[in-house]
Amino acid sequence: MALLETRGLTAFYGDFQALFGVDVVVDEGEIIAIIGANGAGKTTLLRSLSGVLANEADAIRFDGAAIGSLPAPDVMARGIAMVPEGRKLFPSLSVQENLQIGTYGRKADGPWSLESVHALFPILKERRNNPSTALSGGQQQMVAIGRALMSNPRVLLCDELSLGLAPVTIRDIYAVMPRLRASGAAIVLVEQDIEQALKVADRVYCMMEGRITLSGTPAELSRDAIHDAYFGVA
Amino acid sequence: MQWIDTILQGLLLGGLYALFATGLSLVFGIMRLVNLAHGDLIVLAAYLILILVSALGIDPFTAALIAAPVMFAVGWALQYVVLNRTLGDDILPPLLVTFGLSIVIQNALLEGFSADSRKIPAGALETQSIALGGINVGVMPVLTFVSAIAVIVALNQLFYRTALGRAFRATSDDPVTAGLMGIRAERLFAKATGIAMVVVTIAALYLGTRANFDPTIGPARLIYAFEAVIIGGLGSFWGTLIGGIIIGVSQAVGAAINPEWQILAGHIAFLIVLLVRPRGLFPRTVG
Repeated sequence: MALLETRGLTAFYGDFQALFGVDVVVDEGEIIAIIGANGAGKTTLLRSLSGVLANEADAIRFDGAAIGSLPAPDVMARGIAMVPEGRKLFPSLSVQENLQIGTYGRKADGPWSLESVHALFPILKERRNNPSTALSGGQQQMVAIGRALMSNPRVLLCDELSLGLAPVTIRDIYAVMPRLRASGAAIVLVEQDIEQALKVADRVYCMMEGRITLSGTPAELSRDAIHDAYFGVA
Repeated sequence: MQWIDTILQGLLLGGLYALFATGLSLVFGIMRLVNLAHGDLIVLAAYLILILVSALGIDPFTAALIAAPVMFAVGWALQYVVLNRTLGDDILPPLLVTFGLSIVIQNALLEGFSADSRKIPAGALETQSIALGGINVGVMPVLTFVSAIAVIVALNQLFYRTALGRAFRATSDDPVTAGLMGIRAERLFAKATGIAMVVVTIAALYLGTRANFDPTIGPARLIYAFEAVIIGGLGSFWGTLIGGIIIGVSQAVGAAINPEWQILAGHIAFLIVLLVRPRGLFPRTVG
């Protein structure tokens, strides 16, 4: 049985329909990449999975339970943590407080704690008393990832990790993916940076205009097929 | 010497205004809600203490200890059942609803307690004083001021040393992302208003033992509280204390020059601060 699964997931912003029947499966310990152009529905999919957008209860199943209609705090308490697009650190909180607040709604035993997050990103220990706004973009992304890990999630949702970061910083961030996977969490990466996504993912879903247009392992998918699924066939 | 006395009395009065204002500041800082019924809730708490004192024959401090959890529950329920529904992008609904609540509380108190002025009896404490050099200061005003500082220290500890405080600040920054951290904003807001009502109870204790009150005096307390919050800068507790002191000292000095100027002097001080520093003296989102 899949750990996390959507069946015919639809999503709306008022009258505007953003998702048209999306089926995605995430198994235990997998890294899934969801790629697609701007406006393809990737972020809407993550907002649905994390409970920010409410859906039909049965459209999203996690660990055998229908969770589609649960609000974000309940979804988080069950073990789905989110690294939101644009980091969204809390400016009133220090770096360490930003990490600590990750455990507010879920205190689960597991590999991740303040110590192990500090071991993963040593710079965060050094700058723990700084306001989160004083960090560079890459360091802020580390805080956002660490904050989500603190709850020892079973699924980690990452929205556009590479957004606004220098290539060398993106490589540093993606370099920790194997260690995150080894800790046991399944990971869902939403990315526009296809190179990075294909390098670390076990399976890839390509989205266009609110639908899944292509899926498979990175090895199975040719550049041309991804190109067509990404931009539509001319 | 007479001027030092005047300023000292004004400073102690500022402690009372700071107590009025801190709950308002707390609620605004966390959820951007301006509670126009804040003054009436202070008066409500004063009547609650009065009932406990006269019915059980206990002293007002013990009565306030009993009233505090009751007011916490009132605040929690008010926020959870009513005020949470008014929060959103539009700032008008919370203003309308709390304005209506203010009228409801005033009329309910009028119905229940009549328009007579009442006072919470505090026994010998009312008239006791301490000699500081050549100046005598009342024990109750000193207690009021010390309580205001204690409340602000306690709230700062809560905000900066506890997981609940982190959640308050995070939700104030960004409620959607706070939800992703498992923070249920509606329950958090209810706790915040509950805590504000505990502060309101402390304010009511000193309001009711210091001077007469009747069901209609709430809105004027709201004005003083509002001015203290704005002078201090929205969301800063220590700024709120400074704001309260500025109004208290201005009123005392104004009254010393001409008794008719007491209230006016406080408002003028507020307007001057607003002209010079439109965002208040210590602007800050929360804390």
